[in-house]
Amino acid sequence: MKKVILGDHAVSYGALLSRVQTIAAYPITPQTLIVERLSEMTANGELKAIFTKVESEHSAMASTIGSSASGARAFTATSAQGLALMHEMLHWAAGARLPIVMANVNRAMAPGWTIWTDQNDSLSARDVGWMQIYCQDNQEVLDSIILGYKVSEQVNLPTMVILDAFVLSHTAEGVDVPDIEDVDKFLPPYKPEIKMDINDPRSFGALTSPDVYMEFRYKMQQAMDKAKEVIVEEGKKFGDMFGRKYGLVEEYKTEDADTILIASATVASTAKAVIDEMREAGLKVGLLRIRVFRPFPTEEVIRVLNGRKKVVVIDRNISFGKTGIFFDEVKGAFYNSEGNKPPMFGYIAGLGGRDVTPKVIKEIMEDAIKKDKPESEILWKGVKL
Amino acid sequence: MKHDDKDIKIKGASDMPEMPASLGSMAHNKTASWRNLKPVIDESKCIKCFICWKFCPDAAIDFIDENTPPKINYDYCKGCGICAHECPVKCIEMVEEER
Amino acid sequence: MIEILIHGRGGQGGVKASLALASAASKAGKYVQSFPEFGVERRGAPIKAFTRISDDPIVVRSKIYNPDHVVVLDPTLLHSIDVTEGLKEGGWIIINTEKSPDSFTEFAKRFKVATVNATKIAVDNNLGSKAAPIVNTAILGAIIRVLNVASKEDLEKGIKEFVPVKAEANIKAAYEAYDQVKLGKEA
Ligand code: SF4
Ligand code: SF4
Repeated sequence: MKKVILGDHAVSYGALLSRVQTIAAYPITPQTLIVERLSEMTANGELKAIFTKVESEHSAMASTIGSSASGARAFTATSAQGLALMHEMLHWAAGARLPIVMANVNRAMAPGWTIWTDQNDSLSARDVGWMQIYCQDNQEVLDSIILGYKVSEQVNLPTMVILDAFVLSHTAEGVDVPDIEDVDKFLPPYKPEIKMDINDPRSFGALTSPDVYMEFRYKMQQAMDKAKEVIVEEGKKFGDMFGRKYGLVEEYKTEDADTILIASATVASTAKAVIDEMREAGLKVGLLRIRVFRPFPTEEVIRVLNGRKKVVVIDRNISFGKTGIFFDEVKGAFYNSEGNKPPMFGYIAGLGGRDVTPKVIKEIMEDAIKKDKPESEILWKGVKL
Repeated sequence: MKHDDKDIKIKGASDMPEMPASLGSMAHNKTASWRNLKPVIDESKCIKCFICWKFCPDAAIDFIDENTPPKINYDYCKGCGICAHECPVKCIEMVEEER
Repeated sequence: MIEILIHGRGGQGGVKASLALASAASKAGKYVQSFPEFGVERRGAPIKAFTRISDDPIVVRSKIYNPDHVVVLDPTLLHSIDVTEGLKEGGWIIINTEKSPDSFTEFAKRFKVATVNATKIAVDNNLGSKAAPIVNTAILGAIIRVLNVASKEDLEKGIKEFVPVKAEANIKAAYEAYDQVKLGKEA
């Protein structure tokens, strides 16, 4: 059924359709509406889940870890400072190999105090061992929650489903909300191999000596590698069932493109309008949207970029002291690859919710097209000097 | 992935569980081997306050019933001496293990 | 694609109006987007709500800077902000006012003006108080009549979805505005 809903509520519906069994969350703008709706759903019996109010995000994740470890399908959501506060627990969830799904509304970090979007909150959690999915519209948000559980429960790693503050969280659009019976066919109940069980007592997370710690880390990396395949497989199956296919990346008019724009989240969505416009003007440009950032789609990036004339990356984030983070990762993916390496232009735009309009994206593309190579590793777009 | 053998040997990642969890119950982990001093209760002096039972960090002291002095489980007692320290009538003695 | 910008004041229901409008248009198979000006809405302060309606999927996710049409929920805004800023030439300005479209001669030079006394309709239907009438649903009736972006039946569904409290009175207000809206001359 098509419903006009906010991105935040697309998350709530995704959790409802996944039949999550526990929700522990602490409200933070612009995520509040997610858990507000979920608390309504649990209160009116629509969703059979235990909703736990906690006193902080650290506790939210701690509680979610506990319920997931005991075998429940567990959900939570946060944003920005909240995600930062649960950082320790993010490591714990991934290290304990728990298939938790969490929505993070991408909001810039304070100070200066802000509630608007950029990606530095989730990208600061790059190395904790969570998968990260960057969504471009509300439909993808809802679908990615369901897909998140499907993939996480196979590879035993948590998934962070990420949506832009306001641009998705508080924007309503038509979303196809699938029937729960159909989702049931796609997503069976969670049956963990190991869980906290009084009939099979174990100790969890105990002291791990240098003898075996590294092996656990090796296994996490193996799981990430496997996740690349599982994400693609399940994305295909989801497409067969629901008519919407998802992969690690999305290519838009890349086939004969000389210049490839790389972007993520809603910037990538808006960029499609710019690609169309520039194509109409006869320019061979295309878009590579990075949907899954962890595990990083190294092979796909190399395949798509190899032999192009130019690569342009737009980052709504920055690693201080280095460059935009997607730019850095794309470059790194390329270094050991065979073949032609096109010059790469790394632009930073839209920090703290500054609007990334079609005009901004077009100016970036035109700037890169007219230059032979970038004059510096960071090209700031629109910063007022 | 349930092992009930007393002696679990791990080669490497391939025979380890995904999550850092013990392969079975901690009952398999007989911590008695850590002990060099052994607590011995003088039952004649014991006032059955069960303070030692409450304090033992490894739950290695078994409660029998209210009228019986508690029993130390020497498979798991690691010899930390907390029970002897806490006993109000000092009826637990830490004695040297025989080697 | 049609881009509509609603000017209102915090608390008047401009955001809800945009949502109900988007929902109504989507019922007929249109692609829609509805969002507020991102930030903190304060009662009484000028707010904007944006609506996109299109036959094709909508990929652009930035704010609307050059709307095809604007809606003014509160006539006092006409004195405090430039409601025509960025408005495309020939676009409609739909104003909640007791005045007739002909009295907006300055606007009429470049745009088309429609007016409706949504405040009176809201008060008559007991929507909000006399001092602070909730005019958002009344104006919706005027919008769909002037811009022809949704049917009355679909608007009814949209209102029920996003303004469920006093839905019947709100729908009645929308229908009254639909009938009463006055359209100025085509520019
Ligand atoms: S010595 Fe320590 S481990 Fe042993 S019984 Fe006493 S308190 Fe428990
Ligand atoms: S603490 Fe001492 S007195 Fe009390 S029960 Fe234990 S051995 Fe007996």
